[in-house]
Parts: sequence; structure tokens; C-alpha cells
Amino acid sequence: MPEPSPSSERSSILSAEDVSKVYQMGDVEVHALRGVDVPLHEGELMVLLGPSGSGKSTLLNILGALDVPTSGRVLYRGDDIAGHGERELTNFRRDHVGFVFQFYNLVPSLTARENIALVTEISKTPLDPREALELVGLTERMDHFPAQLSGGEQQRVAIARAVAKQPEILLCDEPTGALDFKTGIRVLEVIDEVNRSLGTTTAVITHHAPIASMADRVVSLADGMVASDRRNDEKVSPSELTW
Amino acid sequence: MVSVLDRKLLRDLMRLKGQVLTIALVVAVGVANYITLRSAWRALGDSKVAYYEQYRFADVFARVKRAPDSVTDRLGDVRGVASVYPRIVEEVLLPIDGMLTPAHGQIISLPSRGRPPMNDVYVKSGRFPEPGRGDEVLIYEPFANEHDLRPGSTIPAILNGKLHELIVVGLALSPEYVFAIEPGGITSDDERFAPMWMSGTSVAAAFQMEGAFNDVVVRLEPGADEKAVLIAIDRILEPYGGLGAYGRDLQISNSILEGEIAQIEAEVVFLPGAFLAVAAFLLNVVFSRMVTMQRGQIAVIKAVGYRNSTIALHYLKMVCVIVLFGSAVGVAFGAWLADAMLDLYAGFFRLPMTRGRIDLPVAINAVIASLLAAVAGIAFAVRSAVTLPPAEAMRPPSPARYRASPIEQMPGLRRLRQTTMMVFREIWRRPLRTVFSSAGIAFALAIIILGRFGKDAHGPILDLQFGRQQREDISVIFKNQVADRSLGYLAHLPGVDQVDGYRMTPVRFRLGPRWRDSVLIGLPPDSHLRRLFTRQFRPARIPHSGILITDVLADILGAEPGDLIDVELKEGDRGTRQVRVSGTIDEAFGIQGYMQKSSLHGLLREKPTVNTALLRVNPGREAELHAYLSDIPTVQSIHRKRTVLEKFEGQTRKTMQVITLILTLFATAIAVAVVYNNARVSLSVRSRDLATLRVLGFTRTEISAILLGEQAIQVCLGIPVGMVLGTWGAKALIELQADPEQFRLPMLISSQTYAFSVVVILAAAILSALLVRRRLDTLDLVGVLKTRE
Ligand SMILES: Nc1ncnc2c1ncn2[C@@H]1O[C@H](COP(=O)(O)OP(=O)(O)O)[C@@H](O)[C@H]1O
Ligand SMILES: [Mg+2]
Repeated sequence: MPEPSPSSERSSILSAEDVSKVYQMGDVEVHALRGVDVPLHEGELMVLLGPSGSGKSTLLNILGALDVPTSGRVLYRGDDIAGHGERELTNFRRDHVGFVFQFYNLVPSLTARENIALVTEISKTPLDPREALELVGLTERMDHFPAQLSGGEQQRVAIARAVAKQPEILLCDEPTGALDFKTGIRVLEVIDEVNRSLGTTTAVITHHAPIASMADRVVSLADGMVASDRRNDEKVSPSELTW
Repeated sequence: MVSVLDRKLLRDLMRLKGQVLTIALVVAVGVANYITLRSAWRALGDSKVAYYEQYRFADVFARVKRAPDSVTDRLGDVRGVASVYPRIVEEVLLPIDGMLTPAHGQIISLPSRGRPPMNDVYVKSGRFPEPGRGDEVLIYEPFANEHDLRPGSTIPAILNGKLHELIVVGLALSPEYVFAIEPGGITSDDERFAPMWMSGTSVAAAFQMEGAFNDVVVRLEPGADEKAVLIAIDRILEPYGGLGAYGRDLQISNSILEGEIAQIEAEVVFLPGAFLAVAAFLLNVVFSRMVTMQRGQIAVIKAVGYRNSTIALHYLKMVCVIVLFGSAVGVAFGAWLADAMLDLYAGFFRLPMTRGRIDLPVAINAVIASLLAAVAGIAFAVRSAVTLPPAEAMRPPSPARYRASPIEQMPGLRRLRQTTMMVFREIWRRPLRTVFSSAGIAFALAIIILGRFGKDAHGPILDLQFGRQQREDISVIFKNQVADRSLGYLAHLPGVDQVDGYRMTPVRFRLGPRWRDSVLIGLPPDSHLRRLFTRQFRPARIPHSGILITDVLADILGAEPGDLIDVELKEGDRGTRQVRVSGTIDEAFGIQGYMQKSSLHGLLREKPTVNTALLRVNPGREAELHAYLSDIPTVQSIHRKRTVLEKFEGQTRKTMQVITLILTLFATAIAVAVVYNNARVSLSVRSRDLATLRVLGFTRTEISAILLGEQAIQVCLGIPVGMVLGTWGAKALIELQADPEQFRLPMLISSQTYAFSVVVILAAAILSALLVRRRLDTLDLVGVLKTRE
């Protein structure tokens, strides 16, 4: 065998295989993904890099069963979920995946704790919402509404919400995109902490290259294709990041 | 424990409380309306059926001058007739102490054994008169109440010219007199009209009617041909002075009762439905906006693993809370209002009403209907929430698509200000919203008109009928015709300033196959106290030969000026004469015809006589005059115009005030809800734009104009449409309400009513708009620019 590809080194828990996604915009076809192979390995922290419009969100959404590919397969522990119906996809998200979005997407009419309870109420092995908030260092803001929290705090609540069900997989789409440097670092530290202490397999999207240094593995997308997929041997903690 | 989603639901509702409340109010009004109308309809309708059934209300009625009892069997042999009940019915005067003019009684004979087989009497207290006891009577309960009569009381009555002291042995009602109007009267008057029931042998003895009858009622076999029966009965009674048989449709009490029921029935279909439609539309507006606003939330809720059905349920629950809250208020309000309405009816319609506290199935229907309307209203919004792909919803919605509106392209309008353009484009972007909002406003305005127009019609009609047509103060009706010179005697009575008299005779008008029983009146050539007018309010002259008929009679007969019609006399030789219709006149009551008095005498082949005298009197001496009039033995009844008028006005005014108030409140609820909700949604959609404009230097007034311009246009479009709608509705109600052969309300809506409705709607709209505008003052310029949709 030639040089083993990085993907085969460890068992992958979730992987995209030859995934393509075509959006139909009126008469125009937008090829957001063109035959992408990206595996996610058990316990790793992967950073997905790429310029705006390169297909990162599309890929993440497909991995997280928020969306379905036009062609290709999405394997969760060897089981192809791409062909599943709406109901199974919902169950898959409910049981296995936690999401963190660029714009936090907290429910504004619910307090921090209630935003987390929204998830724990329907999961099988939830943390107590208070524990989850402890994890992100926000117990004292528990009963605040999103509007009473800063952007960074909101994003930390969003992370607490994502991890509170103790998902196997944590998917973060530009979690620092709307935050300033210091706050962003704080958020990344929380993600790193979750990955290490809970062993949650984590994928973080960013268009900001320096963030890649905190990853175990870095996948670069360009124009809907994988440009590179490499292990990061000089993994640093988020607090040491600079940009 | 309350789930987190339910907590979100409650907080969302709290945040939208203004909108929730206004919409719930519209639902409440719709439900209350439905419950009120349905309860009234049920109470009147069911009670009527049960009452008619239990007390064996007749199907056919006929009066006759005097027919021997043996004729009864011949009537019973008529095909389709199930049973026949001959009676004696006589008009009497009741000179009660303290009344200016005697009250009018109508004595109905009772069978010598048992209860009347038809048109039975419902004795509410006391007992039936003993057979042969000529001084015992049952008396109409409302009349008794007016005069504090109880079983054991006595009442004076002039029977066939002789004063009797009658003993009241019971208070009663009858299916014949659910709405009691005396012959020739225009409205019910409990104080002045009293049906009374007396032992048949005694009535016969008092009126020399032994072995004969002058009134007959008939029950038909199921499926009988009523028209054929009427013709057969007329033929049999003809030689005995039959005045023409008629069915229930022309029985006055029944026709008024059924007119009212028909009107409620029409309203129960139309009114509550319209309220619910408005509520559904507003829910659509509010929920569409809410779902758009909550795209991000919906998406994240889906992303974390909630099912589509849970999302749908979430919004359905939200609307249920609004509707159930509204219907709870509506049910309570409706129960109260229904009670109030039935109280009002109880003052007019005298029948044993079965009125349960609240009809549960009706309330449940109302709630279910509201829920269905609401769910239909938010169906699109829920659908878009359900079909929203969780991934796509992560992005903010792309800018709404606007197009240049055609209005801007009209020549001369090209140079609209940008701000005006924004208003037009917003309207053009959602033309349906403008259409529905305007429709809501129009509906609100229309129901104000419907609540109020009755007043408009009554004023002029009373003015015309009692001011210009009937110019007498007192009319005296004689039992039989008297010689013209009797008028001279009346002229010399104290207080009499002027006397006129006319001859009235019952006839059947016929043209080809169409006919109608009515009266023909002969007026003297110089009739001062009775004048006739054409539809255009021009005085109508009675030609020397020929007849003027009311236009309703002309319609019934299909007669036009110049046509020859048959006049079948029911007096004298009872012959049939041909008379030429020389014109039509407009009168509010009845379907009579008019001729010159001398021509009428010619038709009847009789000497000059009168049977009605019209008096103008000096008010100061009226009491003195009445003492004389009541003593004249040939007088059958005395009518004081002022009393009639006051009664009529009093009754209509009271009803009208209640209805106007309620409908105006209902309309206000709609107008407020439409304007407020649209403005709130529009504020929510455009607060960013408006804040941006403020940052760019626009004043608060200018941005208010942009925000509220759309609502102003909706209201302005709704107003004229509402006026037209209200006018149509009024026309439709008039057609349902009154039996046109009895009483006609002219189609008349005053400018005050139009103005009132416009002012109410404008006030409601402006108030609601100001409530929303207040929020512009606190528009957070920096904050709004920062928040992401
Ligand atoms: N729902 C959609 N409809 C049409 N085109 C889309 C849609 N979502 C993404 N795209 C297009 O697909 C491409 C990839 O988008 P995305 O995955 O969001 O990129 P990234 O997250 O890397 O910025 C872009 O060209 C984008 O315009
Ligand atoms: Mg992206």
C-alpha cells in the first residue's frame, strides 16, 4: 500500500464519501460540493478551512443531517444516512449531533438555562443544564435572556446547549465569526475543553487560517473540493493562538 | 412541568399581547354574536313550534259576517281540511277608569265543553270561565299586567252597546297573539289591546249570534293544498259575508314572529362568519410575520432534533390559546347578551320561551368554528414553518422582493416622494393584505350602518304617515256605517276643531289570477285630514272615477295605471265591479285602495255614509271630548294618534339603542384589530428601514407617515366599500324584516348614519395607529441597526 491516507488511520465515526451538492437557483446550478471525501475520526478536533463560498457550511450541514447531498454517501458508523427520511434524520440529530452556529441562534424568549433545557428535554443522556453552563463558565448568567448577554456569552450558551445532551459529534459553523478576538479565543477554549474532557468528536468551520493550529486535523476546502487534508502535529491550545 | 417550548409559547404571546388581545376580542365578538343569535333563534323558533303544536295553532283563518253553524260541516268536507272550529269574535270597548280613551278588547268565544280544539288558550294563572257564566273572562296576560288585573279583578266592557262588569278568572296567552296587534293597528300595545276569552254561549247571547259564527279556524291535513282550501272555503262562506280566508303567512302575529326568526337566521349565517373571517385573516398576518421572524429559532429547534410535527403543534397551540381565550370571553359575553336579547324579545313576543342558561352544543360549535377558522388562518404560516429546511434557515431571509407599483407609473405621479413610493411599493408587494384589510374595515363600517339605519327610516316614515298623511288627532271607528250627517254632530262636540269622515269597506282586489283581500276607502273630495302621496312625496289627487292603490298592492296584483281591476265587494250585494287603476300611492302601512267617496257609494249602491270619523281637537279640551265619545253607542273603537305614535316610537327607539350600541362596539373591535395588527406587523417588518431613515435624518413624523401610510390607505379604501356594503345589507334586512303587506320601512340611510359610521371607524383606526406610533418614539436607532433579522 502506498502512503496511508490520513483518513484510514483511526476509525471514522462519521464520514462524507464522494458527496456532491448542487443547488438549483432558477436556471443556474450552483455546485456547492463536487465529490468530497471527508471523514471525522472518533474523538478528534477537526478544523475545516476555506474561503467564503467554498462549501464548508454545506458540507457541515450534510454531515449533521441538516441537509441531504445530491449524490454520495454519508456514513455514520458504517450506516449510510444520506438516503434516510426526514424522521430518521431528525432522530439522528436528536441523538448524536450538537450544533453551534455563527449567529448563536438562541431562542430569544428563553433564558440561558431554558435554551439548554430545550435540548436536554428531548435527549437520552443529558447533562443538567446547570452543569452544562458550568462547563462554559456561565452559571451566574443562567437566568438571563439572550438579549441580556454579550455575543461571546451567547455563543458559550450555544456551546453549552450543544454539549448538554452529551453528543458524540459536535459541529461548529464559524463559532467565532461574529466575535472579537478575545471573546473568540474564550469560545474556542470552551470547544477545546469539551473535546478534551468529554472526548466529543468535534468539527469546527472557520475561514480564518490561524485557528487551524488548535486542531488535530485540518481539512481545506476550495471551490467545493477538498484541497488538502493533513494532521496537525503542532497542536496548540486556543489561548496561544494569534491572528 | 411546563416544557421549555410551552414557556417560549407563553412568552411569545406575552410579547404580542396587544395583538393577541385585539384578535382574541374579534374572536370573542364573533362567538358572542353566534351564541346570541343562535340562542335567540332557537328560543324563538323552537318555542314557536312547540307552542303552536301544543296549543294547536290553526293553519287557515277566515272571518265571515254571520254563518249558521250548519256550514261548519260543509267546511269540514273540503278536501285537505282536517278539522274546523267555528267561533265568535267580537270587538269591544273597555272603558277603564283613568284611561283617556277606552282600551280595545277582542272577545273570542270558548266552546261549551272542554278546551278549544284549535288556537287553544294558555292559561298562566287562574282558570277557564264556567260555561254559561257570561261575566267571566280570561284576559291577555300582558294587558292584565299593565292594568294590575288579577284573577278576581273586574273590568268594565261594553258588549253590544251595554256596559258589563266582567270578572277576570284567569290570565292567558294564545298562539294567535304571540305578537298582539289590534285590527288596523300598527304595533302591539299591551296597555290598549286585550284579547279576551269568554264562554261561547254567553258571547252568542250578548251579540245575538246564537246558532251562528263569524270566525272560523281550520287545521289542514298534512300535504294539503292550502291555496285550494282557501278558495273552497271562500266559496262556501261567500253567501254569509265571508271576508276571505288566509293562511298562516298572512296571520299577523305569526308573520311578524316568522319575519323576526328569518332575520335572525340570515344574520346567524352571515355575521359571526364575517367576524371569524376577520380573525382568521388577522391571525394569518400576525403568524406569517411571526414565522418569518422566528425562522432562525425554528431552524435551530429542528436542528437539535425536534420533529416537524412538534413545530406545527407549537404554533397551533399558540393559536389555540388565543382562540380559547377569545371564545371563553365570547361564550360568557354571548350568554349574557343572549339573555338580554331574549329579555328584549320577551317584551314583544308573548310565548312560553324555553330558554336554557346556555346551550352547550351551540357554545361548542362556536368554539370549534373559531378554532377551525383560526387554524385555516395560520395554515400557510405553519406550513412554511414545517417545510423550512433546518439548514437553509440558518441564513437570514433574502431581502423581500419589491416591484415598482403601477400607481407610480401613472403620469403626473412619477415624481412621488421616495417615502410615498415606499408606501405604494409595500402595498403592491402584498396586494391581498390590502384587499383583506380594507374588507375588514368595510365590514366593520357596514355593521355600524346596519345597527343604526332603522332609526333613519323610522323618522321620516312616521313624519310622512302621521304628519302629512294622517292629519287627525283622533279617529273614531263606527260599528256600522252611519249617515254623513253624524259628522255634523261630532263637529259640535266640545274641543272638536275639524271633522272629516270616510267610508271603508272590505273588498277583494283581483287582476287575472292574482288577488288580495284588503279594504277600499272612499275619501271626500275636500279631505283635509287624510292626504295621499305618490312615491316622490307629491300629493296624489283622487280622480272622479277610478282608484288609487298602494304600490305594494299594485305589485301583488301586477297592476299598472290604466289597468282595469276587479273589486269584489263584501258588503251590500257583494257584487264584483270593475274599476280602473288611475295611479299608485306610497304608504307605509297596509295595502289599501282609495276612491272618491261618492264613487265608492256608487259601487256599493248605497246612500252617503261614513264608518270612520277623523277629528282635529283642541288639546285643552280633549279629556272632555273623550267623555262624550265613549258614550256614543255606535262607536266601535277610538284611536288617539299621539298614543299610537308614542308607543311605536318608544318601542323602536329602545330596541334600536341597544342594537346600535352593541353593533358599534363590535365594529370598533374589528377596526381596532385590523389597524393595530397591520401596523404592528408593518412596524416589525420595517423597523430597520425606519431606524435607518431616522439615522439618515428623517423626522419622526416622516417615518410615521411611511409606517402608517399603508394603514391609512387600507382604511380609506375600506370606507366607501363599507358604505356600499352597509347599504346593501340594510336593503336585504328590510326585505327580510317586515311583512311588506303590513309595514314597509323605506330604504333610507341618513347622512348622519354614514357620518357616524365613518367617524367611529376613523376614530378606532387613528387610536390604534397612535398606539403603534408611540413605539416609533422609542425606536432604538443603534440597537435596531445592530440586530440581525
Ligand atoms: N440554499 C442555497 N441555495 C443556493 N445556493 C446555495 C445555498 N446554500 C449555499 N449555496 C451556495 O453554495 C456555495 C457554498 O456555500 P456555503 O457552503 O455556505 O459556503 P461557505 O460556508 O464555505 O461560505 C456558495 O456559492 C453558496 O452561494
Ligand atoms: Mg458558511
